[in-house]
Amino acid sequence: MSDDAHAPHSLFRRRLMQGLVALPAAAMLPRAAWAASPATAAVNTTGLAVTDDTVTVGILHSITGTMAISETGSVEAEKLAIAQINESGGVLGRQIKIIQEDGASDWPNFAEKAKKLLASDHCAAVFGCWTSASRKAVLPVFEQYNGMLYYPTFYEGLEQSKNVIYTGQEATQQILAGLDWVNRTKGSKSFYLLGSDYIWPRTSNKIARKHIEAHLTGCKVVGEDYFPLGHTQFNSVINKIKLTKPDVIYAIIVGGSNVAFYKQLNAAGIDLSKQTLLTISVTEDEIVGIGGKNIAGAFACMKYFESLKNPNNEKFVPAFQKMWGANTVIGDVTQAAYLGPWLWKLTAEKAGSFDIDKIVAASPGIEFKGAPEGYVRIHENHHLWSKTRVGKALVNGQYEVVYETSDLVQPNPFPKGYQ
Amino acid sequence: MLAGYSLGELGSIMAMQGFAGLILFSVFVLMALGLAVIFGQMGVINMAHGEFMILGAYVTFLTSKLFTTYLPQAFGVYFFVAVVLAFIVAGALGMLVEWALIRRLYKRPLDTLLATWGLSLILQQVYRSIFGAREVGVDQPDWMMGAMNITNSIQIPINGLIVMVLTTFIAIGVYLLIFRMGWGKQVRAVMANRAMAGAVGIDTERVDRITFGLGCGIAGIAGSAFTMIGSTSPTAGQLYIVDTFLIVVFGGAASLAGTIASAFAISQARSTLEFFLSGSMAQVIVLLAVIAILMIRPQGLFVLKVRR
Repeated sequence: MSDDAHAPHSLFRRRLMQGLVALPAAAMLPRAAWAASPATAAVNTTGLAVTDDTVTVGILHSITGTMAISETGSVEAEKLAIAQINESGGVLGRQIKIIQEDGASDWPNFAEKAKKLLASDHCAAVFGCWTSASRKAVLPVFEQYNGMLYYPTFYEGLEQSKNVIYTGQEATQQILAGLDWVNRTKGSKSFYLLGSDYIWPRTSNKIARKHIEAHLTGCKVVGEDYFPLGHTQFNSVINKIKLTKPDVIYAIIVGGSNVAFYKQLNAAGIDLSKQTLLTISVTEDEIVGIGGKNIAGAFACMKYFESLKNPNNEKFVPAFQKMWGANTVIGDVTQAAYLGPWLWKLTAEKAGSFDIDKIVAASPGIEFKGAPEGYVRIHENHHLWSKTRVGKALVNGQYEVVYETSDLVQPNPFPKGYQ
Repeated sequence: MLAGYSLGELGSIMAMQGFAGLILFSVFVLMALGLAVIFGQMGVINMAHGEFMILGAYVTFLTSKLFTTYLPQAFGVYFFVAVVLAFIVAGALGMLVEWALIRRLYKRPLDTLLATWGLSLILQQVYRSIFGAREVGVDQPDWMMGAMNITNSIQIPINGLIVMVLTTFIAIGVYLLIFRMGWGKQVRAVMANRAMAGAVGIDTERVDRITFGLGCGIAGIAGSAFTMIGSTSPTAGQLYIVDTFLIVVFGGAASLAGTIASAFAISQARSTLEFFLSGSMAQVIVLLAVIAILMIRPQGLFVLKVRR
């Protein structure tokens, strides 16, 4: 990505180089691949699906079932990244071939498909999973068959595996900076915590509560409420919020409930330009369903927004929309999914090998300067160093970035004092 | 939790909470009426009920797009057109399904369960293929959004009021249709004794088809209304199906009045408990109470005295 910054010059140069490489290669048939890339025996000592000119990877997301809503964007981003990598010459001189499996929103099915991708397809890497439940289901499979998973979603932390690279934020990266920001700039003192009733919102709110009570002076939590997944009626809790008048509504509601919550909040006369609302679960993807008018004025704490202004993102957004449609929006997780194939490519090239153990060893310290969110780096704990940003929702469904941390935030999946 | 608030504040909250309960009641009745008509009058358990609702929602989505493109000046009233279209489209699909699938399974109730469940999966995938897996955003005219300020501290959701009015009309309509019109008499005759109804010249197959279509059509209207308060996605129908079955079963499967009574009981219990406890706890307590009552009264709240 980064060398494309000087297009069209470098593009021409690259084409020229490829041409020059191809010339002697063509003359030296039949072992053409030798000229451009290292020998297969050297880069693959463990029986992965690598040939002289291709390497096979897996994509494992739900494209049917409930989770298809969320996971579609990740599939699109991963395919875009792979297409771009192939166009720029592939990985270690090999074109990437994709085997895509459907997790079908069913966790045991994820495990079965993961086993197929690793044990019978011998994929060199798998990009996939979205919910924590699906990741937990495939984790033993990846550890048993020693595979490599690039997992894109922001999640609750409390996990670290040598076989997984977490390209999304763990909880503290998403929560702490946002709370500090709202306390500092809005002078907010009281918080109402809301969430869907499962592990991610509950763990995140636990971290948020500890941070509010222990690290923000004079701040308190005035209410905490959870709703079953798929809950569609929020009028009662909205009345509770009206009664307790918190400075900040801190909302981690997901799925169809999300849409219902914001529509009903708007209908109950809560004006988000006056009532501060901070969420970590609404990306541009969700706003399509919620409707910009219903959520305008709310703040979201993420690491990526489609509206980010930097040279990488200004190329990424048009490329994405060219491939997947001009009206497609790009949320935080979609961008994190895009990082996976690139990080894997950079790691394989640093390691000079596709072997999983060498990839694992080479991963810490890998830098990706072409990330749409800006520079990222893999930490020892297999999560990413990345910035935290706060965006304000606009009527047109986009976020306007109002704050970003000055430095990269260190990933801390096992935060001390927050458990 | 109510300590430390003034009487005025508590009064406003209680008023709004009362409305929240009524709105939930209307939502429940609207969800359950279509299912109650089909289940109550025909004994068919329609597992695809939620998908018929979402069909109504997608019809509303398409109507809103059509109006934005071709009739932007009339966008403010598109919703009423959408409700009618949703009824027609969902009803028509319902009649088609009855003709192609359900009528072959009347003597095998468990197979209907399986067949309609399969139908729900098929419909979900059809929506996904046509509209994409992502949620679609259904735009609303400005007058339908936001709240009505009764006093400074009491706000009533406008979309909730619209649902209440719509539900009232449909409930009255169904009542008139089933209990005051000749066709309703036929429906009730078929339900009471199919063989005899056929013997006196009622076309029982036609009655079945129209009843099924009517139930699905009402589901379509419900889906259309829920674009104001919920999400529109291929699987959003699943969000409503559990509550819907709960209400119909709790009310007594064969009774429309029972459906309404049970919707009222469950909505009031739910909204009060949600206010004083958390959302998940409220759900748990309501479900436990329903189970306990159904153990004592397996036939549900209301039962028609029918000789079977």
